[in-house]
Amino acid sequence: MELKTKINAENGAHDLFITREFDLPLELLFKAFAEPELVEQWMGTKVLKLEGKKHGSWQFETTDAKGNVVFKANGTIHEFSLNRKITRTFEMENAPFGVQLELLEFEKITDDTSKINMHIVYESAALRDQMLKLPFAQGINMAHNRLEQIVSKLK
Amino acid sequence: MNLRRDVFQAIADPTRRAILLLVASQSMTAGVIAANFDTARPTVSKHLQILTECELLKQEQNGREIYYHINAKKMKDVADFIEPFRKMWDDRFNALETIMKNYKSK
Repeated sequence: MELKTKINAENGAHDLFITREFDLPLELLFKAFAEPELVEQWMGTKVLKLEGKKHGSWQFETTDAKGNVVFKANGTIHEFSLNRKITRTFEMENAPFGVQLELLEFEKITDDTSKINMHIVYESAALRDQMLKLPFAQGINMAHNRLEQIVSKLK
Repeated sequence: MNLRRDVFQAIADPTRRAILLLVASQSMTAGVIAANFDTARPTVSKHLQILTECELLKQEQNGREIYYHINAKKMKDVADFIEPFRKMWDDRFNALETIMKNYKSK
């Protein structure tokens, strides 16, 4: 089976590329990144703030069942071009991973299919690899549980 | 975890990555490996030692010569380290697709 989401991360580099094709029109794909209530659903986090505009900013927060904050992140938006491109920063709070620059490009393939190219730039190669290796064992399980909840609600 | 981290330090060095690529094509002795680099022979030996300690390379005695082989299993572990991260994005994007298809049909 071909993998739908592809990651290209060269050894020793301080950035990586994520690409994915969707069975969705470009407008719907972009909307999923622009509308706070939609972002909440697929990212599995609470969106405290999401200003889709130049000089805008965003804030996400995830809490566990007991209400403890387990993940908090924020950033600013440098470019927000409808159906084309979002440039933003990403910083996880209370974590030693520094700030990431995220360049998201949206592309139409056909009327019903589209593609995203994400270029993520880290402060250093070491920080990139730390970020990739350390927190995900926990994060993935969390994301999984959230997704199962969402998907079961949709059925 | 510590050993694993060492593996990534090992492959962060461009000369060591070049050595791995070289040995991947065919097993060879330290002398033959060193002949492919401008670097001083002791430096190449040091790189080979690090790669061997991290189990990315295996040594095999063949008569009087020691041949270096790629440890395929360990190399696969290295390739796999990105997999949890990829899977996380894949899960997110699958959810996005499901949610937006549902959104469209509303």
